[in-house]
Amino acid sequence: MLAFILRRIGQAILVLLTVALISFSLFRFVGDPTQQMVSQDTTLEERLQIRKNLGLDDPVIVQFGRFVGKAARFDFGLSYQTRQPVATLIGDRFPATMELAFASALFALFAGIPMGVYAGLKPQSLLARLFQTVSLIGISLPTFLIGILLIFVFSVSFGLLPSFGRQGTVNLGYWTTGFLTIEGWRSLVLPAVTLGLFQMTLIMRLVRSEMLEVLRTDYIKFAKARGLKPRAVNYGHALKNTLIPVITITGLQLGSIIAFAIITETVFQWPGMGLMFLQAVQTVDIPIMSAYLLLVASLFVLINLIVDLLYVVVDPRIRISGRAA
Amino acid sequence: MQITPEDARSATLSTREVQRSRSVMASFLDSDIWYSFTRSWITMLAALITLVLIVSAIFAHQIAPNDPFNLESLSLLDGSKPPFWSADGEWRFPLGTDQQGRCVLSSILFGMRISLIVGFLGVLLAASIGITLGLVAGYLGGTVDSVIMRIADVQLTFPAILIALLIDGTMRALVGTARSEVLVFWVLVVSIGLSFWVQYARTVRGSTMVERNKEYVQAARLIGLGNITILFRHVLPNVVGPVLVIATINMALAIITEATLSFLGVGLPPTEPSLGTLIRLGNEFLFSGEWWVVIFPGLTLAILVLAINLLGDWLRDALNPKLR
Repeated sequence: MLAFILRRIGQAILVLLTVALISFSLFRFVGDPTQQMVSQDTTLEERLQIRKNLGLDDPVIVQFGRFVGKAARFDFGLSYQTRQPVATLIGDRFPATMELAFASALFALFAGIPMGVYAGLKPQSLLARLFQTVSLIGISLPTFLIGILLIFVFSVSFGLLPSFGRQGTVNLGYWTTGFLTIEGWRSLVLPAVTLGLFQMTLIMRLVRSEMLEVLRTDYIKFAKARGLKPRAVNYGHALKNTLIPVITITGLQLGSIIAFAIITETVFQWPGMGLMFLQAVQTVDIPIMSAYLLLVASLFVLINLIVDLLYVVVDPRIRISGRAA
Repeated sequence: MQITPEDARSATLSTREVQRSRSVMASFLDSDIWYSFTRSWITMLAALITLVLIVSAIFAHQIAPNDPFNLESLSLLDGSKPPFWSADGEWRFPLGTDQQGRCVLSSILFGMRISLIVGFLGVLLAASIGITLGLVAGYLGGTVDSVIMRIADVQLTFPAILIALLIDGTMRALVGTARSEVLVFWVLVVSIGLSFWVQYARTVRGSTMVERNKEYVQAARLIGLGNITILFRHVLPNVVGPVLVIATINMALAIITEATLSFLGVGLPPTEPSLGTLIRLGNEFLFSGEWWVVIFPGLTLAILVLAINLLGDWLRDALNPKLR
């Protein structure tokens, strides 16, 4: 058990170092940082002096060490575009993305699991077939198209919900939240549904196929034969065992929710990190790009780690095989 | 008229060839795959739609009612026309026009052509990289294997769209802002190719590890064939089956990825629009009531991807021996 956890943590650190190396190479080899700070009539000596002051003459490995050290203290330098510290820029945008991701994950879970359970219990019913068809369309529609269609229906045609921006935010010191006002909730609905729809269909299909699989097993037949109530069999025994892969997939999907937030934030002009990253890609603002990359990678790795550990807690079989190995 | 022995021989040869090709066709029509194809009307519909869309993309020049790129033929007087069934619509522009008077249907045909080309080339690149690395990793094993597979693991942690965005951004930074359209096109293809290789590598590696120990490989080694010959001429044909399924499903993903990148404004420029670019441009007019400029390209994209996905699903089930 301990060996398993240590090995996972070791892998996580390796991944993070790799990503740090990529971020660092972006910084170091794509474009010349001094180009951004000198004017046309800076002499060659001055340029060399600037290079020296920035530490660009040091061996690459020393520079990489310095980069990692600074990154650990959230120091990513200044944005090329706005001349503000990257850490502050990201800090301002972080709550918007997190609240969006959180809301859409909840939507995906609380809509996807019941739909999947129903479709698994009554696979031949009309409603289950409808779910299945809708889910296929949900998987085929690109995120941005879902967003546009939702805006078209709910904002343009019926004028029910706001189509862009994040309104009604309340500032709580380091965190601005949209959860405290009706305006905030209203502006959250469309982006959250857009972002969560793909995950919802994925969870629904997964729960459905797992339910079908589990309901076929001997212990379910046995439980039925013993005369347990359908409710106890379906929810106490079957559903419980389908949730193990659901936990894994949901956890892993949290990572892609953060990545797909880039698209949703662009469609809805949601002021989160994804929108900032996209603008950075368009203007080649490398400090922001590499900071975002590192941050997202850390989040991914952290989520994966938690999922792996949760897996061990939920599924006793892994604990046993882990001990044997 | 005299029949020479040469004539007779060539005649029998050609009949034999005809027979052989006929028997290939017959065995295909007799196969499980064809049977499962004819059993599912939704698959046949999907195949038909895919075929129609691909053919109309290939012959876009001949089919399109107007030329959206010819500035001379554009007239601002034709701008913002609704589709033909509306009161102001005209048959000249069946799906209406955008603000500059470009025919939406023609733009869609040309856009779909670009989307399909980028998707196809992206998948081709991803498959080539993935198959090669998978073959090498599975055949050689050891350090090479673990290095390649660790890279694959790390990449798999990140969604493909993020990787494509990042590669795209980096390459833009490398080639500078003065970039030509041709370059942007290839940047897009490479971004997609590099984002999707992992799945191929994993699958091919798995089956290569099985094939590696079979007798025909040992025999090939025994007669002194080189590793490269063995891998690509003897092992490759035996591991390429599942790749077909992945490639079909990936084609849909690649088209979505291209459309997403173009929608985000880091893909193809308005001068060479793909479906994604069209949707991005049309999206700006959604609020002024010109819904057809964005909804039709969007629907085309959705139908194209859905049809390819359905084909991929069917192919996966048809080739999966467990489900038979």
